[in-house]
Amino acid sequence: MADKEQEKAVNEKSTEKEKAKLIPVYVMGKRYLVPETLTIMKALEYAGYQFIRGCGCRGGICGACATVYRKPGDYHIRVGLACQTVVEPDMYLTQIPFYPANRASYDFEKLSANPEEIFKLYPEVFRCIACNSCTKACPMDVQVMDVIAAVKQGNIERAATLSFSCIQCGLCVSRCMGELPQYHIAQLARRIYGSKIAPRAEHLNEAVDAAKSEECQQALEKLMKTDVKQLREIYKDREIEPEMAAEDWTPAKRDYL
Amino acid sequence: MPYIEELKNLIKAVEKTRPERLARKKRGEEFPRMSLDEADEILKKYHPDYKEEGRRELKVGPNKGYRIAHEFADLLEARSRVNPDSIELSRVDIDTDILIIGGGGAGTAAAMLAEQNGARVVLATKLRHGDANTMMAEGGIQAATKTEKDSPCVHYLDTVGGGHFKNEPELAQTLVTEAPDAIRWLENLGVMFSKFPDGRLHSMHGGGTSRRRMHFCGDITGAEIMRTIRDEARNRGNITVLEFSPAVELILNEHGHCAGAILYNLETEEYLVVKAKATIMATGGCGRLHVQGFMTTNHYGATADGIVLGYRAGVELKLLHTVQYHPTGAVYPEQVEGILITEKFRGAGANVVNIDGEQFVNEREPRDVESAAFIRECLERGKGVPTPAGKLGVWLDSPMIDVLMEEGAVEREFPGKYIMYRRFGIDIAKEPMLVYPTLHYQNGGLEYNARGETSIPGLFIAGEVTGGVHGENRLMGNSLLDVIVFGRIAGESAAVYARDRAKDGKLSLQHVKDYNQELEKSGIVTDRVAPMLLPDYANPEVRERQLTARKVGK
Repeated sequence: MADKEQEKAVNEKSTEKEKAKLIPVYVMGKRYLVPETLTIMKALEYAGYQFIRGCGCRGGICGACATVYRKPGDYHIRVGLACQTVVEPDMYLTQIPFYPANRASYDFEKLSANPEEIFKLYPEVFRCIACNSCTKACPMDVQVMDVIAAVKQGNIERAATLSFSCIQCGLCVSRCMGELPQYHIAQLARRIYGSKIAPRAEHLNEAVDAAKSEECQQALEKLMKTDVKQLREIYKDREIEPEMAAEDWTPAKRDYL
Repeated sequence: MPYIEELKNLIKAVEKTRPERLARKKRGEEFPRMSLDEADEILKKYHPDYKEEGRRELKVGPNKGYRIAHEFADLLEARSRVNPDSIELSRVDIDTDILIIGGGGAGTAAAMLAEQNGARVVLATKLRHGDANTMMAEGGIQAATKTEKDSPCVHYLDTVGGGHFKNEPELAQTLVTEAPDAIRWLENLGVMFSKFPDGRLHSMHGGGTSRRRMHFCGDITGAEIMRTIRDEARNRGNITVLEFSPAVELILNEHGHCAGAILYNLETEEYLVVKAKATIMATGGCGRLHVQGFMTTNHYGATADGIVLGYRAGVELKLLHTVQYHPTGAVYPEQVEGILITEKFRGAGANVVNIDGEQFVNEREPRDVESAAFIRECLERGKGVPTPAGKLGVWLDSPMIDVLMEEGAVEREFPGKYIMYRRFGIDIAKEPMLVYPTLHYQNGGLEYNARGETSIPGLFIAGEVTGGVHGENRLMGNSLLDVIVFGRIAGESAAVYARDRAKDGKLSLQHVKDYNQELEKSGIVTDRVAPMLLPDYANPEVRERQLTARKVGK
């Protein structure tokens, strides 16, 4: 009983496709009838496609399923992720699973936080004519042109934070008049910021030493040898850090520190 | 699509109880946690792992007799994708020091460490480099980095308690010991962790943690880690990446050592022979098997390929009878069903409530217990919220976070999910999310040790394909940690092995022929083929007409 209900409640394949109204969509110009409730990705599968390219996490974060489409009577180019965008009647679409973009190679350890380093690796950054086509093409609403402007101004922190939601799908590159590889440039900016500009977590050094110390390893080995019954007791007695505790909270019990 | 009228009305019940729940939260009053005995009981009654009809005994291989989910058994009791006799092993297409199978977090970390230790590396991956569950991990990565309140011992206790004390002690020891170093390594590579202005890492709770040790990068921790290490791997001259080239069999040699793999180019349909002094399998998990019909949070390629390859070659299974159902998968809107709603929402204070707006479980129980409680609430107590697609869910009350932290916190802390829901006209800073358990993680896998070694010399494994470190239930934030810690270890171990101990010999697929024979002998008559490689979601009517389709996975 529970099983049946559960299956009904959770089976991915049990979506009520039969009930949904069928609408026409044009996949690379060819007409297919698909349920109106589906995402572009599921609609293509419904139509009989099995993806090799153009499909990845199916959750809007990996950038594999960039799609461009138009609607009749509307000159705008629209963009979306196939896994996140619901089909619309008469939309005509194609996926762009890959778009060539040159990536500079570098010895990251030797790079400094000087913006000149980025200019050297990606001189084309100055070919940006601020047309904003990249921003319009971004399915993640990243202000791509502002990212590039920040790089040009040498503001790596701003470029890094503004581009944080980038999924590197490549749609910006496909639309760029200046022929920039925006997402590679942004990746470099984020890495430089994360490693060489943002204040480092100095407490990590102490934690690494403490973890590998003989004292800690001996305590761990003692726990490893403890029988399950006793381990359950120790587990039950753990002091739990309150959820809303201040950052400087410390436990009353110091046994395993 | 936005919430329909019926659901909008039901949300009123959540809003009605919210002020009181907020007041309780601010006073530090929590919904009581279950005792270990209560947890055991609810798991036995409601957790899918415990359903006997959901599994069967394996008829072949090193774990013959082991009861395991049908979906796994189907793959292990299936034939090779390609006739081993048709592969010309004397014609080696690629010869390398280290072959890595899998381009997710573990495979990429392994590639970097192997390269650093002087090896030439070929990394073969089924889809694109980085297409993996690592990319999708949202919540965070655990490590005891704050010595005044936390230590590897406390992390160890949380980990083995969450895993029902079934974890392999040495593996868990390694995981917690190497954790702070893993974070430091990532920070050094440029991963943008969320921090205080002085650089101290932000950290929060996850289900089953006794200290706030979950470190994160917004709500896209896995993506930030994956894209950063992938970028670094691309800088390394001695790492060659082969995309759209899954492995379909391991190759052994005359000494019984692992000596590479057969790769399948998905696009040209060629089979390639790769000879390697050492091989690392980091093939990830199994969500796309839809165990017991569950929806999944997993990546398109999560089809348990490595389990099949390793088992055929003779590596034993460990704890594969348990898979993890993440308590909070989206059930509305239908378009995003199954998608992961990070545990971080609960870590940040969001309650879980039923159709009447009542709490029924502490929101930070270990994942298996939390999931079982959701299933009980929906199926036994009838307090689930019905969706238009005929499903049930419970509310995850995200708007609480804006009150507890400050206005705008939901948008700032959870940009990924905020944008996703906004596309459908739902503002999760003001409206709760509807969730239900979703297949999330393969707790068990192939047996290995703390150096990443398997029972086959020359075969190393890392990440979700392995079994033992998480016991029967992994804690949040221990999987990203797992892929980094054990990926690095496997890379280094394999490089040292390739340099010092690898023994050259004649290549062989005899183990595959033997396995096929064993299938026949045990009376298994099937046209099933494994590894699956890709799931098939075609409309059944269409599939019936696809008479000669190149089906990779039927």
